[in-house]
Amino acid sequence: MDFELSADEKLLVETVQSFTKKDSPVERFRRLRGTELGWERATWKQMGELGWLGVSFPESAGGAGLGFVAAGLVLEQLGATLVPEPFLSSVVLAGTPLAAAGTPEQHERFLAPLIAGDTALALAHVEAQSRHDSASVSTRATRAGAAWRLTGRKRWVLDGHGADHLLVSARTGGSERERDGVSLFVVDAAQPGVRLERVDCMDGHKAALVELDGVEVDATRLVGPEGGGAAILDLALDHAAAGACAEGAGLLARALDMTREYLMQRKQFGAAIGSFQALQHRAVDMFVEVELCKSAALLAMIKVSDPSGAERMRAVSAAKAQLARGGAFVVRQATQLHGGIGVTDEHDIGLYFKRHQVLAALFGDFEHHVARYASLPSFDAHV
Amino acid sequence: MSYSPEHVAFREEVREWIQAAMPEHLRAKAEVDAAFAHADVMEWHRILAAKGWAAPHWPVEHGGTGWDTTRRFIFNEELELAGAPPLSPFGLNMVGPLLIQFANDWQKQRFLPKILAGEEVWCQGYSEPNAGSDLASLQLRADTAADGGFVLNGQKTWTTYAQYAHWIFLLARTDPNVKKQQGISFLLCDMRTPGVTVKPFLTTGGTPAFCETWFENVSVPRENLVGELNQGWTYAKALLGHERTLVSGVGISARTLLRTKRIARDKLVDGRPLLEDPTFRAKIARVEIELEALRMVVYRTVAAAQLGHAPGAESSILKLRGTEIQQACFDLAMEVMGHDSLSWFNRDGVVSAREQSVASSFNYIRAATIYAGSNEIQKNIIAKYILGLPG
Repeated sequence: MDFELSADEKLLVETVQSFTKKDSPVERFRRLRGTELGWERATWKQMGELGWLGVSFPESAGGAGLGFVAAGLVLEQLGATLVPEPFLSSVVLAGTPLAAAGTPEQHERFLAPLIAGDTALALAHVEAQSRHDSASVSTRATRAGAAWRLTGRKRWVLDGHGADHLLVSARTGGSERERDGVSLFVVDAAQPGVRLERVDCMDGHKAALVELDGVEVDATRLVGPEGGGAAILDLALDHAAAGACAEGAGLLARALDMTREYLMQRKQFGAAIGSFQALQHRAVDMFVEVELCKSAALLAMIKVSDPSGAERMRAVSAAKAQLARGGAFVVRQATQLHGGIGVTDEHDIGLYFKRHQVLAALFGDFEHHVARYASLPSFDAHV
Repeated sequence: MSYSPEHVAFREEVREWIQAAMPEHLRAKAEVDAAFAHADVMEWHRILAAKGWAAPHWPVEHGGTGWDTTRRFIFNEELELAGAPPLSPFGLNMVGPLLIQFANDWQKQRFLPKILAGEEVWCQGYSEPNAGSDLASLQLRADTAADGGFVLNGQKTWTTYAQYAHWIFLLARTDPNVKKQQGISFLLCDMRTPGVTVKPFLTTGGTPAFCETWFENVSVPRENLVGELNQGWTYAKALLGHERTLVSGVGISARTLLRTKRIARDKLVDGRPLLEDPTFRAKIARVEIELEALRMVVYRTVAAAQLGHAPGAESSILKLRGTEIQQACFDLAMEVMGHDSLSWFNRDGVVSAREQSVASSFNYIRAATIYAGSNEIQKNIIAKYILGLPG
């Protein structure tokens, strides 16, 4: 057992770090959040050229085959300066199911351009009633000869407004909450019958409301087995949850740093407020939670590829719950210790607060993951 | 993080050995999580020592096993799962590693084998009535005698299990005229020397654990000075590093959660086992999740140490959060027991054997956030040395 980064991983971290420092400090996110897209295609292309977008996909799917830890390391660095490009949504959330269940032809058509940074992909799986249940799907896909016709509404399609392709969950059989009968299809964002409406998220990112009105796709657009999409979605959501934990770990570490700097620089009563023991102890409590988030995230990044679904879910749920609960403490106290300036839009700490809140809510919130953790067989082991 | 076939085989070997080696009366206690007596702990220590497994973390030349980190984890996990008596840390984990690092050859040969074999029991003499969190203000005097040895006068307190100890390692003032950290020496004292008096405290847990120990003209030969005169503070600080992973108590917490679940399995609420109640399961899960995250911090710390790296910043949280989690585990155990949590050392049958010592431990575990540097002191240290906040 060793947690040393390999030479490849170290190099990757250094490259991403130097990018975030030079090319994408927080000011860049601040500037882009007011734009239509919220991120930049040129930068996306650059990330593709640097090899980041395919870093974790297997070589058989056109990736670098470095494993999910590599993607997590990228996300951790991107999280530190709130880089807005859709790595988590496009590469991890939407790319994972395509890489895992797609055919070589689908990899070539949809994953290769994503890895190159030429296109973006989005996963359209959330519906008004679905909450965290991947099998709660009312969008329907019906056969139309050799093709499929999709009709339904999707919500909170992360970065769907800028996506070229959407991976859509639709019911090809079964009743509304049945696990069997959920299928996945690739739809072109620009094709007839697809209506995308851009909506703003609290954290400055964007999402789309998607309406599918008899959208026709041929059989080559079905990803994975017909009716077997729920398990693929769960795999994708667990990868995204682990990715959120990685991004969150980077974000929280930076929020703690900013707070530490503020405590040293801000003077009241004739002294740096960081010399006051009450505030020092609060900062230490934040530090403890940051370290627990980092460790839990690392475990999730490692275990998310475990062939045992139970091992994967155990580590991911633990990390996601830790991110939600421990991370919330960090960003709340970061705001508190910044005082009034921390509640202004002018100061960056509020941007970290918001991004954390969104990461905590996505891919299963605290209650969801605690309940799932408690329902796994490992919970009753040896009792 | 994933186990090789060799590691899987090793786990099997360890498990089988523990099953075969643990005497029936210890196994019976382990099965119901009953408290182990000092004699139980030492008996198990000697069994492990005979197998060569008492101190896997020591260097091989001093009797360690040479196992890789993964094997050490597997070993600890299996001990924990079997509910084996936890060995006394004072010799194996505290003074032992310190002697290995700082003692001379004679001292190593004199003391280490007996620590390893469980033949000599140790206790720690650090705190004094007026030197708790401000440890460096300690006043136990060690005056130089005519023969170059020392004469001890003063008092130590919180000397846990001093009533069983053959030896005490202690910090004593050897120079009162310099900055307080600079006049302290690290001495080894035979508890059977005339002038040593031990009086155990009854803890709130209802059992004696820590003691007061008095020294009245106690002779300590020069050969029992570890390292250099007046450098004791430096050695003691190095030892605190060894203590960190230990006092996280991840094993104790895991065992307590398992015990809590077993009690919850046997407690009926509205005719159903409490363990089946989703709200209650979630409550346990919250603590278990934090424990899992902390366990990962322990892994990272030990893995870094194995590679020869200094402990990372993450290791500093182990004592702090680990002891809070230990307390949270006993809070849960008490809650599960309901009215039975009132029971205080009653005859068998008033409450189940598994529940007998819960209330005692629940009380005693308050000490965990106080000993080995109170958690407030831990926070001061982290704030200063890791976060770099102004003093």
